[in-house]
Amino acid sequence: MSASTSADNEIILKAEGVGKIFPGTVALQDVDFEVRRGAVNVLVGENGAGKSTLMKILAGAIEPTTGRLLLRGEPVVFQSVRDAARQGIGIIYQELNLCPNLSVAENLGLIDPPTRFGFDIDRARQVEKAKALLTRLEHPIDPNRLVDDLRIGQQQIVEIAKALAADVDVLIMDEPTSALSSAEVEILFKVIRDLKAHNVAIIYISHRLEEIMRIGDYITVLRDGRRQADALVSDVSVDWIIERMVGSTGLALQGKAGDLGDDALTIRDLSLPRAAGGFFVDHVSLSVRAGEIVCLYGLLGAGRSELFECLMGLQPQAVGRIEVGGKDLAGSSIPARIRHGLVLVPEDRQRDGLVQTLSVRANLTLASLRRFTRFFSLNSSTEKSESQDMIRRMTIKVSSPEVEVTALSGGNQQKVVIGKSLMTGPSVILLDEPSRGVDVGAKAEIFRVMRQLSDAGLAIIFSTSDLKEALGYADRIIVMSRGQITAEFPRDRATETGLVEASTAAFLALERQVS
Amino acid sequence: MTSEGLSAVKSGPSRRRLPLALLLMSFRTFIALIVVFVFFGVTTPNFLDVPTLVIVAKHVAVNAILAIGMTFVILTAGIDLSVGSIVGISGMVAGTLLTRGVPLNVFDVTIFPNVIETIGICLAVGSGIGLINGLLITRLNVAPFIATLGTLYIARGAALLISDGATFSNLVGDPKLGNGGFPFLGSGTLLGIPVSIVSLAIFAAVAAYVAGRTPFGRHVYAVGGNERAAALSGVRVNRIKVCTYMISGFCAAFAGLVIASELVAAHPASGETFELNAIAAAVLGGTSLSGGRGTIAGTLIGAFVIGVLSDGLVMLGVSSFWQMVIKGIVIIAAVVLDQMQRRMYRRFSLEAQLG
Repeated sequence: MSASTSADNEIILKAEGVGKIFPGTVALQDVDFEVRRGAVNVLVGENGAGKSTLMKILAGAIEPTTGRLLLRGEPVVFQSVRDAARQGIGIIYQELNLCPNLSVAENLGLIDPPTRFGFDIDRARQVEKAKALLTRLEHPIDPNRLVDDLRIGQQQIVEIAKALAADVDVLIMDEPTSALSSAEVEILFKVIRDLKAHNVAIIYISHRLEEIMRIGDYITVLRDGRRQADALVSDVSVDWIIERMVGSTGLALQGKAGDLGDDALTIRDLSLPRAAGGFFVDHVSLSVRAGEIVCLYGLLGAGRSELFECLMGLQPQAVGRIEVGGKDLAGSSIPARIRHGLVLVPEDRQRDGLVQTLSVRANLTLASLRRFTRFFSLNSSTEKSESQDMIRRMTIKVSSPEVEVTALSGGNQQKVVIGKSLMTGPSVILLDEPSRGVDVGAKAEIFRVMRQLSDAGLAIIFSTSDLKEALGYADRIIVMSRGQITAEFPRDRATETGLVEASTAAFLALERQVS
Repeated sequence: MTSEGLSAVKSGPSRRRLPLALLLMSFRTFIALIVVFVFFGVTTPNFLDVPTLVIVAKHVAVNAILAIGMTFVILTAGIDLSVGSIVGISGMVAGTLLTRGVPLNVFDVTIFPNVIETIGICLAVGSGIGLINGLLITRLNVAPFIATLGTLYIARGAALLISDGATFSNLVGDPKLGNGGFPFLGSGTLLGIPVSIVSLAIFAAVAAYVAGRTPFGRHVYAVGGNERAAALSGVRVNRIKVCTYMISGFCAAFAGLVIASELVAAHPASGETFELNAIAAAVLGGTSLSGGRGTIAGTLIGAFVIGVLSDGLVMLGVSSFWQMVIKGIVIIAAVVLDQMQRRMYRRFSLEAQLG
């Protein structure tokens, strides 16, 4: 399906054949993208589809490897985000980019503060301007309050106000609603309609398809770094979007689980309170049996990563029972949990998974050095041979175990992190978004290894926001939304629509409560 | 280019294909050491004679021992500014034990520990200050720079308080008290080699073994390379950090003993600014202040470059003012080269990936 190019809206910004190669991964390939004035241009795709890369290119944060950008018909090269901002392109990142130690007004005037005779900051005028902006957003937050003291939703409003503080022709919004309550979402939508009326072009990125159906005008679907489809939102349905996002090629269903063993992991009433009230993890109970692969499906912010962190002992405020092999691990240290057979492959491998300064071998053996130690000494020959075995078993593409781990591609780095966890001899493996930032081939290999492990009697939980992964690889799918388990499907009864509905169930429930 | 095509050629860089420039860069400190040796060998008569070299090595020994301890701390991405003060307090503790003993007023006697016990107590004091540093940093979340800056002042003040600022001289002990033999550490020889140089060799060998061949060493590198990933892999990050500060304190206390023994005197201001020399040696040897990168061998070479440079310049008759300028330039040049090498390596491995 090709886009309806009926041009009742002028194209202000255009990407032509844009591509981006990072060391190890091709994030974006030959993508065309048109941004129209006075319209909401929606960008959707699964995690790793290349949305954020494209958005960063448009905002001037990174330079494309190939292709070019056209602004108002003229080719442009943005030197920096500031350069792009000068030319009328604003961006609201998904992660908040505010200085928590400064007041609301100071944050809003950070780039271009009003000055007296060009010397010192005119505080009164700064507060005035901030007040005006916040009133426009119908959110009269006191401009003198510290950002640190605001609720996340309010901070998001400040973030939006910050983007509006500069006069923008194009405003990029990356999942702007992920931290907002439904009332705040309504205000945001009102602001968006207001901006549309002022002929601003909005690029809107979201996972919440029902939101897109409400607010979007044009939609572009990315998949695996390529443009998959584009259309007018009024012409398409949620099912159409899901189909384009997920696709149907490549990943064959994996073999079904054999005989299941006893409960390997049992969680009872696990909760992680949120400082601002409510829960990241809301009274979760579940159990996983030996030889079973369970998928934890949910959108961003559903509490999946937090649940894993509670299980691994990274969240000291967590309460509840965590039993591995019949022993309660609540309150024990990370090394103790690893000794009892629990191990986590974290979501962000650069931040939590790899030691970038060490070799592949040293990364693989880091969690299991005890096994290679005699008296005080590391036995380097067994360390070397076992890491070589693991490299073969995980099919890690590397010329020697001594190569620095950063020289590997994303997929191979992920295999190193998984290999490291396997070397501890676990009985339960938690994998948080194991396919994030991993190319298609490596993705299939990772899931093949997971099935081998479950056949060997390990209990596996992986989290994903990718429908195809959830439906294709799990024996059982548990859906989380706002920290709660909202549905549970055995593999043969799970459907795409069922999963999508359950993943937003808690938000809808909240909305009903509010209205 | 397809993503499959990319991943197929994504084997890491192989050693064989390292370009010559990169190879030279990786041995830059060693090359620098050879250069300073050759330079002073040519320009300064007698510089390469054995007695001169022994004197240079003895001068290097103190800074190198400090730098070895410092390397462990810097590998965890920390810093230890207190080592100079530990040098001072260690000598002062030795001085007071050897000359005044431990007066036990209750029994109206004074106990004089023998030299071995004295050394043990001094090393315990140094390690104890390291322990305090470590606990401040890990339990109370004080930044390493601030925590060790604080103990720098405290330990220096304590060293001055011990004698009210006076120097303990003539630390030869008294045969009647059974505490003689202290000067052996600084001026004695083993098989014809000065004890301080033998000590340096032992410290370097043990440290290289601990850093390279033990789980503890690996954990130190992991903590410095990525603390979060190390913690998630079951590394007891806090314990590792505390241990590195204790090692640093231990090394500093030993260096203080060597100095006091060489001079046969303990001065409370001894060791001032030594922390900076130790950091310089480690950095010159390729230790990254952001943690995770560096070797004991590199630090040792770095300490020798600094030591040979300063002794050589003295023998050449270069004024001490110019010596400081030159030392500063060398340190900055070392770090600039380090960054250049890392950029070259990154570009090289990226090119190797893309085929």
